[in-house]
Amino acid sequence: MSELSDGRSKQESLAGSAGVIESHPAYDVQAVRFRYQSKGSDAIRWILEDVSFCVQAGKVLGVVGPNGSGKTSLLKVLARLLRPVQGRIDLFGQELVAMAQQEVACIIGVVPQDSQQLFPFTVAETVLMGRFPHRSRGRWTSGFGWESREDVAIAEEAMMTVDIIHLAHRAVTDLSGGERQRVMIARALAQTPRVLLLDEPTAFLDLQHQVEICSVLVRLKEESRLTVVLVSHDLNLVSQYCDRILLLDRGRVVRLGRPEDVIEPEVLESVYRCRVLVDRHPGTGLPRVTLPGRSLSGGM
Amino acid sequence: MPSIRKCSVPVKVPVIHEDPLKQTPATVQSGSCAGGLPSVSRRVVPKSGIVAQGAILTSSRWMATVGVLALTAMAVSVICLHFGAQPIAYGEILRVLVDAVSRKEIDGGTSDVATTILLHVRLPRMLLGFLVGCSLATVGVALQALLRNPLADPYVLGVSSGAALGAAVGVLLGAGTTFLAEAALPAYGFAGGLLALVVVYRMAASYEQLPIHSLLLTGVILNAIFSALIMFITSILEPNRSYGMMAWLMGTLTAPTYGGLAGLAVYLSIGLFLLFSQMRVLNILALGEDSARTLGIDTEKAKRFIFVLTALVTGAVVSVSGMIGFIGMVVPHAVRLVTGADHRLLLPASALAGGTFLMGADTIARTLISPAEIPVGIITALSGGPFFVYLLLWRKDRLA
Repeated sequence: MSELSDGRSKQESLAGSAGVIESHPAYDVQAVRFRYQSKGSDAIRWILEDVSFCVQAGKVLGVVGPNGSGKTSLLKVLARLLRPVQGRIDLFGQELVAMAQQEVACIIGVVPQDSQQLFPFTVAETVLMGRFPHRSRGRWTSGFGWESREDVAIAEEAMMTVDIIHLAHRAVTDLSGGERQRVMIARALAQTPRVLLLDEPTAFLDLQHQVEICSVLVRLKEESRLTVVLVSHDLNLVSQYCDRILLLDRGRVVRLGRPEDVIEPEVLESVYRCRVLVDRHPGTGLPRVTLPGRSLSGGM
Repeated sequence: MPSIRKCSVPVKVPVIHEDPLKQTPATVQSGSCAGGLPSVSRRVVPKSGIVAQGAILTSSRWMATVGVLALTAMAVSVICLHFGAQPIAYGEILRVLVDAVSRKEIDGGTSDVATTILLHVRLPRMLLGFLVGCSLATVGVALQALLRNPLADPYVLGVSSGAALGAAVGVLLGAGTTFLAEAALPAYGFAGGLLALVVVYRMAASYEQLPIHSLLLTGVILNAIFSALIMFITSILEPNRSYGMMAWLMGTLTAPTYGGLAGLAVYLSIGLFLLFSQMRVLNILALGEDSARTLGIDTEKAKRFIFVLTALVTGAVVSVSGMIGFIGMVVPHAVRLVTGADHRLLLPASALAGGTFLMGADTIARTLISPAEIPVGIITALSGGPFFVYLLLWRKDRLA
């Protein structure tokens, strides 16, 4: 335990022996409550209320829920971008809020929803910034210096993984939404994270790249025990690719479980307040959600 | 490129369990970082890597760009020394400079007119112009990255007017009738600039974090208040001093003593060095606050540090040269078009280009209607203002 309490030594031991069975889950979230701080009014509703769940290392958790249910806030709390007002989050057995920002950045990669870029960094430069948390530390030297050969190799691999190596020299300001999204995923992969948090990773992607990104996530999960938490509106995608699904409604956990336990018509109808059809995916047998046709929606 | 695309779509290939020994040279042994991406290393790295494509900044490109800019700065400086109320031949300039260097002293007691003009009027003023231009451009780059706004410059935040107010108060308190050669004025300027920043920070930091838009708005309001106070001080000064104040506010460079110049140079180079130490941090901050934090930067701390440095540098610059505007915005913009956005190159390149630009602008300011002079701030505003409007009207898409 004493060894595990030190993040770095733990990481090294992990990198040394792949496939080590960790004693801690990737995330252990206990009764987390969150609301935005604002002076004056006390009657602000909780964005997250008593959210508790656990994500085992090497698993994919999908977070779904209607608009305003707190999905993105939950992701930000998990990314340590927001501090929970109450409750506790453990990342591989360490309390998240007690960790240093850089330490967290070596473990968690975050893909934001859509980040409009203002400065014409090239795609390659942007992806290389994912190596920043792994730079040599030093108060006065961290601003200077170049990426190492290793950094460049990792960035190139990340770019190939999401199929953007041909865009390497393009400015991020000139990319389409889908291309930019893949750049952000590549940047997060270049962090060589153990946990990947994605906010609507497929929102701007065409079918080919949606399938590709999801397959990449599944492959990384299987091969390097990457833990993935992804927020998505796409219930079918979540159903097909996630090991477990967390259904949020107004900041509370409605259901948490395997896709077949969560994607149920009664549950979805009560949360989304509209009728849906759920059948089986012909290929995988996993639940598949379909919107009702014109004849069915009339009753709602 | 199609071959690269093909091999970079590995997910379509059902064979996942390849022989791990068949890894390509690009295999990454990411020992220092957890996990790594071992899976990815199966793929073949295209021969034209991102380095070969020129997609990232390399040290050779850095050297080339900075070298060219440094040579340009030197060439421009010689041209600036040539022009003036009375042009001095280039051979003469060279002779005087070599002479001064070989004698290792500036006050040789020569009665040579060219030597006196060059060494006591044009050279110190030119060096001052270079320093001021360097500093303003560097501060501009830093603020643009920090505020994620390509239009930011020391003036937007109210740092400059704060510094100007500080210096004006210094003058009012009797810090001398001349604005230069007063060691206390940069301190007043820094105090004013820092005051502006503290107010900006306090007003905008009513939330846990510092939202960028409230920061910009606060800067605008502070600018208005400080300008009013400066005008008030100007109006209660004696006429001849208020005239001097007006000229200084418009932005003028006056030949300083070498002692004063050296003091300013030391002061500014400390501030600039510390700003340069944040080049990679600026890269990350330019991506946006959340991204910067997920990449491991304590954004609040980093921003505070950089803001204080900006106040230091701006305070000193404003107290010696007044409100020379737009350099902090125009120069980084132009340089970014050539160098790209990486601050490791953008910052030094903008510093050199800003220094060169102000040297040139000041030469125009003192020769255009010579023997009379116009404040160099007018030249920079006339060249920068239209550029600002152009950006606002036609490049909206690039502005936040």
